[in-house]
Order: sequence, then C-alpha cells, then structure tokens
Amino acid sequence: MRGLYAIYRKELGHYFVSPVAYVVVGVFLALCGFFFERALVFYIENSISREIQAAQYGMPSDIDVPSQVLRSFFGLVSSLMLFITPMLTMGVYAEERKRGTMELLMTSPINEVQIVLGKYLASLTLYAIMLLPTAGYLAFLYRHSDPRPPWGLVLAGYAGVLLVAAGLLALGSFISSLTENQIIAAVLTSGAFLGLWVLDLAARGASTVTAEVLQYLSVTDHYDDFARGVIDTSSVIYYVSLTVLFLFLTVRSIDSLRWRRA
Amino acid sequence: MIEVQELSKSFGPVTAVDHVSFTVNKGEILGFLGPNGAGKTTTMRILTGFMPATSGTARVAGFDVLQDSLQVRRHIGYLPESPPLYPDMSVEGYLDFVLRIKNVPAEQRSARLGEVLEKTNIADKRDELIKHLSRGYKQRVGLAQALVHDPDVIILDEPTVGLDPKQIIEVRHLIKGLAGSHTIILSTHILPEVSMTCDRVVIIHKGRIAAVDTPQNLTTQLKGGQRIQVEAEAPRAPFEQLLRQIPGARTVQVEAAHAAGRLTATVEAATGTDIRSQIAAKIVASGWGLYELKGASLSLEDIFLQLTTDEAAPAQRLS
Repeated sequence: MRGLYAIYRKELGHYFVSPVAYVVVGVFLALCGFFFERALVFYIENSISREIQAAQYGMPSDIDVPSQVLRSFFGLVSSLMLFITPMLTMGVYAEERKRGTMELLMTSPINEVQIVLGKYLASLTLYAIMLLPTAGYLAFLYRHSDPRPPWGLVLAGYAGVLLVAAGLLALGSFISSLTENQIIAAVLTSGAFLGLWVLDLAARGASTVTAEVLQYLSVTDHYDDFARGVIDTSSVIYYVSLTVLFLFLTVRSIDSLRWRRA
Repeated sequence: MIEVQELSKSFGPVTAVDHVSFTVNKGEILGFLGPNGAGKTTTMRILTGFMPATSGTARVAGFDVLQDSLQVRRHIGYLPESPPLYPDMSVEGYLDFVLRIKNVPAEQRSARLGEVLEKTNIADKRDELIKHLSRGYKQRVGLAQALVHDPDVIILDEPTVGLDPKQIIEVRHLIKGLAGSHTIILSTHILPEVSMTCDRVVIIHKGRIAAVDTPQNLTTQLKGGQRIQVEAEAPRAPFEQLLRQIPGARTVQVEAAHAAGRLTATVEAATGTDIRSQIAAKIVASGWGLYELKGASLSLEDIFLQLTTDEAAPAQRLS
C-alpha cells in the first residue's frame, strides 16, 4: 500500500507542476462555462417563446428549464472529456519509459498493479478536482430556479460523468503504456475515443442485433441516461467493465516491458 | 550473497548472456568488465529483478531472482546506465519518493535521507530541482537513489561516468567505504577503476565469462605472457629471424631505434614462458650488441584487450 500511495502522491504532484495540466483544465473550465451560459440562455429564451405561444394558442407551456440545462450540461461535459482526456493521459507512461524511470519502478519492491493503480487514481483525482468548479454553475442554477430540480438529477449527472471519466482514463492510460512517444499516445487515444463515439452513429436507426451491440458499446449512448437523471445498472456495468478491462491491459502492458530488448 | 549459475538470456536469435556463472561474497566488491554489448547490463537487469533469464538461476541475498523477485528487490539498490531521475522533482522530494517505494518505514526516512545526502555530497542541492543540476550532480543523485535505503546489495552500472576527476575519486572512495557492510557489483569501462576499487574482476565478452579473478592474479598469471622490449645493434633480417626462431616467441616486431644502427624489437611471448634469458644468450652468441632487455607484464588493459579481441574460446587462454 505504501508503494501505491507513493506513486499516487508523485503523479498528482507532477500534474500540478506540469503546465499541460493547467492549460487543459483551464480550457476545459472555460469551455464548460461558455457552453453552460449558452445552454442557459437558449433554454430560457426557448421557454419564453413557448410561454408566448402558449398564451396565444393555449398550448401547455412547460419546459423544465433547469432540467434541460442540466441535461445539456452533463452531455456536454462528457463530450468535452473525449477531447481533453488524451492530453492528460498521454504522458503518464510515455514519460517514464523515455526517462528510464520505469526501470527504477520495476526494480523496486513494488508490483505493476500498484504502479498502475497509483497512477490511475491520481488521474481520477485530477478529474474530480477539475470538475469541482462546475458545481459553482449548478449552485447558481439552483439559487435562481423555482421550483428547484431534484437532487437526484445532479447526482446522477455527476455519477455519469465520473463513470465516463473512469473508463476514458483507463483507456488513455493503456494507450500511453504502449509507446514512449507522447504525441503518438495522444493521437491514438483521440482516435480510439472518436471510434467509440462514432460507434453510436453507425448503429443509429438500425435495429439488427449488430446494431444493438454497437450501440451498447458506444460511450455516448450510456451517459445520455445519466444526464437525464436515470441511473441504469447496465450502463454502470458498462463503464466499470471498460475501466477494469483497460486497467488490466495496462498492467499486462507494463509487465511486457520486462521482456523487451532495450 | 550473490550466486549466479549458468545464467543465459536470449532475445530471439540473439544471445546476450551465455551460461554465465559467478559468485559474489558478502562484503565484496566485484568488477564487471567488458566491451559494449558484452552482456553486462543485461546480467545486471536480471539480477535486479527487472527481467527474467531464459535459463539458469541467480540468487541474491538467499532469494531466487525469479521466484522471489519482490524479496530480491527489497535488498537491492540499483543505478542503471542512465540515472532514473524525475526532472521536475527536487532532490529531496525524489529521494523521499525512492525511500517510499523501497518500503522504508516512515520513522527511518528522514534519517536515511540525511545520511545519503552527506555521503554523496549533494546536501547543498537538496532543495534544487533535478532538471537544474549539472551532469555530475545528477549522477550523484542517481548514486544516492541506489544507496538511500541502505540495501545489502548494490549494483552500479558505470557509476563514475560523467563525473570530473575530483568527483570520480570521491565516488571511488565512497564505494570502497561501502564494502564490508554492503556487497557491490560495479560495471565499468575504466580499467584503472577496477584495479583500484574491486576485490575481484569478471571479464565478460560476447555474453560469456572470459576471466574471473582478482586484478592482481590476472596480471600475475599472464606475466609469463610478457611483452619484451629488446634493443640491439644488429642487421635487421637475421635479427628478426633469430627472434622468431626462439621457442615461445609468439609475435615479433622490429623497428629502427632512435639511436642510429640499432633496432628495437617487441616480442610477445607465449603464456608461462620467460624467454628473456634465451634472447640475451642468442644475441650475445651472434656477436651483436645488446643494449636493452626489458620485460613488461601485461597491464589489465592488455589482458582485457587480449581476452576480448580474440575470437577463440576465452577460457583456454588463461590455463
């Protein structure tokens, strides 16, 4: 356990020293803020025009603006993560290999699982820290909405976001362990994420078995539910499985370094 | 403390280490000598638990390197060819990290940290970021990392590379000082370093052991295989022929000497023979003037070159 904690501390420390992390988090929060404002404005205007219409034609006028904004927001955050995660995971193993520090770790009384978990938990912590300011937007929403949206909606939304993060970070971490070159790691990871995203598009509309399988595998299909406040156990299992699978593969990948020539 | 038996490592068709066997006793300093690509680093990586061998066994501190890898790693400090440093960490932060991953309990960490900073003479840079250090300091931080947890066994791959002469002497003193309470393997290209610091030497060539012995023994044993300098006043062709005909003379090289009319000859004699008296007798008998007859025993450098340049099976040449 000591080893795992030591690695965790070191990784987290490195994130806070590295300019990359600050830039990525900054950009992420800036975009989040921007899109949150856009979504808010859009739905408010929408609801106003609906009310006007309702007054004119006698149609029901309810859009639940807060819920719509939340849903849109969480959906957005998940999509943003697809773009920024590669930036954060690209260096996790590539750097170590390049500097030769993997040799230090692998000749110390610490096993690969501790190394992988320590690094992984550090990246997850960084994510949690990155998401913290977004709670500010939601607090704002809450103060100004009447009636307030149910707590469950927000919790489900964040749960979804964290599960997606867990899966994406695991995948990014695996790809990073495959190469010494950070750029290659970033490109491959982006490609993989894009692939997962597009799986959903490929399956849209079709109703064959293949299409359903593809749809299940798509990352975006699942978090839509979370954004709406629905916690679907099959989605939870999906994300947890993804995470476990790629963490396992990362451990194997690290282990395979012991068999290489250089 | 370290027992290696018939250790082999192949990467596909390439054999990097070929049935290597040697032991290192507790408290000893063993030198690993060999040209680049001889298999030194690979052997060290097997001993430190980094990679598994293809066949053969190795035991460190009583633990098998393959079966009890984690135990072995608890007892080892390792400095690879290029020191495994994190540029963005401070020296102190880095060594603290190493202490933690080497499983040193919290109460002992600051004491060990302080000790190793003193020993390797880097205490004045303790708060400095590693990326700002000079090459020499970086190398010493690398050395510190191998020593900080006070391991029983220390394995150093070219520990003095990149250091200036003063620092090299300090490091050698440091290493010598560690003997007795620690068991050390160090690999190097610098031959005088081996003679100065090591109790015994293993010469490796193409994955095989060419020699295992103390530096003194190696030079003594080959003393008979001397290089003899002769300076005589003699006609060239007969002189050369006479020398070549002496039994035991392996190679003869004749050149004009500085003084006019004289020749110098360098004769390499076969192992175990001392042909100086024969040379003297023959030259005098031919009526030529003999001005110098000097035997130089092969230096470790010569032995090293001899053992690692020839393609023939190395073991035979030492018998």
